[in-house]
Amino acid sequence: MKTHKFQFKRNKMRGAFFLFMAPSFLGILLFVLLPFLDVFKRSFTTAVTGEFNGIQNYKTIFTNQAFVLAVKNTFRFTIVCIPLLVIVGLMIAMPLSRLKSAGMVKSLYLFPLAMPTATIVIVWKMFFYKQGFLNLFLTRLGELTGLWGEIHTDYLGSSAAFWVLVFSYVWKNTGYTVVLWLAGILGIPNEMLEAAKVDGASEWQSFFKIILPNLKGSLYTIVILSFLNSFKIYREAYLVAGAYPEQDIYLLQHLFNNWFVNLDFDKMAAAAVCVGGFLFIVIMLLQHMWDSRE
Amino acid sequence: MKKYVKGIKDDIMTFLLLLPAVFVCLPIILLVTGSVMGNGELKQYLSPVFSDGMEFISWKIVPNYPTFENYGKLLFLTPQFFVLFWNSIKMVGCILAGQLIVGVPAAWAFAVYKVKGSRLLFVLYVVLMLLPFQVTMLSSYLVLNRLGLLNTQQAVILPAVFSTFPVFLSYGGFRTIPMQLFEAARIDGAGEFTIFRKIGLPLGKSGLLSAMVLGFLEYWNMMEQPMAFLEEKALWPLSLYLPEITWAQAGYAFGASIITLIPAVFVFVWGQDYLEQGIIFSGLKE
Repeated sequence: MKTHKFQFKRNKMRGAFFLFMAPSFLGILLFVLLPFLDVFKRSFTTAVTGEFNGIQNYKTIFTNQAFVLAVKNTFRFTIVCIPLLVIVGLMIAMPLSRLKSAGMVKSLYLFPLAMPTATIVIVWKMFFYKQGFLNLFLTRLGELTGLWGEIHTDYLGSSAAFWVLVFSYVWKNTGYTVVLWLAGILGIPNEMLEAAKVDGASEWQSFFKIILPNLKGSLYTIVILSFLNSFKIYREAYLVAGAYPEQDIYLLQHLFNNWFVNLDFDKMAAAAVCVGGFLFIVIMLLQHMWDSRE
Repeated sequence: MKKYVKGIKDDIMTFLLLLPAVFVCLPIILLVTGSVMGNGELKQYLSPVFSDGMEFISWKIVPNYPTFENYGKLLFLTPQFFVLFWNSIKMVGCILAGQLIVGVPAAWAFAVYKVKGSRLLFVLYVVLMLLPFQVTMLSSYLVLNRLGLLNTQQAVILPAVFSTFPVFLSYGGFRTIPMQLFEAARIDGAGEFTIFRKIGLPLGKSGLLSAMVLGFLEYWNMMEQPMAFLEEKALWPLSLYLPEITWAQAGYAFGASIITLIPAVFVFVWGQDYLEQGIIFSGLKE
């Protein structure tokens, strides 16, 4: 009798789960999963005739200079940006966590998140054009110190464009990261820190021995979300420099978009499978690290 | 004495943190002043940027002749601006409404019913949430093409409705409700849908609202999707149109930027608590 009742409950649970889940899952099936299978299939066929051509598309993209360049740049951008953002965020969140009046400061850091990219691009142009504010500032600084003359670097048209992107990424996402770090820091039990203080630990000691180890979970989260947001830098890159920018900031996103415009669906399919597969593996690895931590 | 010193230390710290924070918000000051400058004045300041001389850009925080002519022109003489503004509102509104209808029940299912396979499905949702638009661009195109939706606003709306990001955020909200409540309601004979409506939605609304706030800011700023799927400019959202304005119409660009910014700022100020909550939920794992 008891098992029967349990069985009934389990069936009911399953029914409810599927009912609540159905609209979302069917939509995803229709709009994401099935078409992605189609893409997978297309990655092994030619674009125009649809004939099967094995791994030819994959060979093509890996010998394609634009693809190699875009992969390299995207990697470089991620490798530079994510550690930078993580550290900047922590450097702001640490002192902020001890302030009583943290709210307003936090809002100011969060504000860029609300600014649509399109509204900000005109400002970046005013800053980074050859005759823009940054060069004006640097030139005045040079005059003042007498160390250098006028500066007319074209930040958007040279390899410095990469750093402009890094800057605007950090500018936009610092607030997000600060909020996540703060949540992590405030989640550390106060007694632990008090106890360390009583035992005579210095501030640095308690930072490295107690706070940092306790923030590992936050770190994983922040890395994943920063990565997710790093792909959106395409908006800035595209608006500031167009579809074919300076080669240091030619990202995977540009390449996908240009292939799309040129209807190079064979290459696009192969690249989507590669990038998707790669990300899938990275996410799984991160999840695994996360799980084994607990 | 010690307390006094700590007070000063706090003040210094606040100042040190506030300084970069103000710098972070500098662009908005430029936008606001630019939007109330006359075209003559703007040209004078900006001309070094688009002529190829050696002179530098200049600026005035308080314009010599403040004017609302940019706004006037925008609001009264450019009807297409309204069309684009309306496009943005319509698309964002439909996406958010759709996400509520589709995503929130799914979040509820994940949070409340632990059935076989639900964990695996959850992992799938997380992976989908993290895939960038470019990876799914071709697959979206293929299905939209087959459904005959390309170059209609539904092409932008529908795929976004099934985004898994709001599922994840709403899930965070539902997880804060103690499970015993549901058990108690079940014993009292409440059906699952009643529990969802009467307990889940009211108590878990923080996750739902944070999904809406983050979603608004994201889709108000949407560019990749309309760029790929909408050819006709009359269908575009504001976020895609703004960059088309050239330097020659700088005043117009500043004014349009500010007007685009207003709804986002409004949502930001109104929903800041939910925004922060949402960011924290986005970092939660089960």
